Amino acid sequence: MNVIDAIKREQLKAEIPEFRSGDTVKVYSKIVEGGKERTQMFEGVVIVYNGGSSDASITVRRVAHGVGIEKTFLVHSPRVEKIEVSKRGIVRRSRLFFLKDRVGKSARIRERKAAPKAS
Amino acid sequence: MKNILGRKVGMTSVFTEDGRSVPVTVIEAGPCTVVERRTKEQHGYDAVALGFGAVKKTRLTRALAGHFKKQNVEPARVVREFRNDIDGVELGATITVSEFEAGDRVDVVGVSKGHGFAGGIKRHNFKGGPASHGSMIHRQPASNGDTNAGRVAKGSRRPGHYGVDRTTHQNLEVVRADVERNLLLVLGPVPGPKNALVIVRKSVKAKSAVAEG
Repeated sequence: MNVIDAIKREQLKAEIPEFRSGDTVKVYSKIVEGGKERTQMFEGVVIVYNGGSSDASITVRRVAHGVGIEKTFLVHSPRVEKIEVSKRGIVRRSRLFFLKDRVGKSARIRERKAAPKAS
Repeated sequence: MKNILGRKVGMTSVFTEDGRSVPVTVIEAGPCTVVERRTKEQHGYDAVALGFGAVKKTRLTRALAGHFKKQNVEPARVVREFRNDIDGVELGATITVSEFEAGDRVDVVGVSKGHGFAGGIKRHNFKGGPASHGSMIHRQPASNGDTNAGRVAKGSRRPGHYGVDRTTHQNLEVVRADVERNLLLVLGPVPGPKNALVIVRKSVKAKSAVAEG
């Protein structure tokens, strides 16, 4: 087997839930603050899902106190403890950069109520 | 002995223990056999010759076959000598990546990728001229220097053959040594195309690197 693929596969996490752009997720990541390590939760809409096996990354956007915040996480990084899906959204493109220009009502995403189709 | 021969597999990124994602080059290294022990008394200098890769007997020249026979070792496809960090290495010994561990500093030697006949921009990082506004100098090397000299100064950087040079990257960190699969993961890029021979040596600058942590 291809050595590089094997190395990448070994680094994959087993328990990543399935989600895609438009879904709202909670990302629990470890951060070092004042020499101590703690877990921080960041909740927001996934606006970019970059695949790539062990290199996969997501960009999560949320609006806090009227300011848009986007954070990029490496999905399989040991610093990302857990990812939880809190809402599934209906969107028609994979990269939701249009959300950056919108605030309030127009920045809403329709919710997908039914269980997602296996994909 | 932290010297080994290997084959460049390619690049990827791995997570370190502290959670960083770092770029690494994967080198399939060894196992190598010590095919010759050169000594000061006999040859005028001390060295260890490592052999890497199996080779058909029919592919060997008579001379090489005789050489391997005289040393009483299996013929190897590639043989390279090492003169650093060779104390206590015996003829016939097998060198694997188990000699290395994460955090070691190594120099990696390879033959850089060939670029053919390359212009000044690619070969020497020249800036090139403006793309438009009537400019007629785009990727040309432009001035060759002083016209009073009546000749081009020696050593002046010109277009020409680029690549396929023996290149050493010094003081690279070993991120991981995978003994089971004979893999060496080295931080950052390494000269040469995939599948090319690379020589991994103990870093000559290693001391300073360890000191700075």
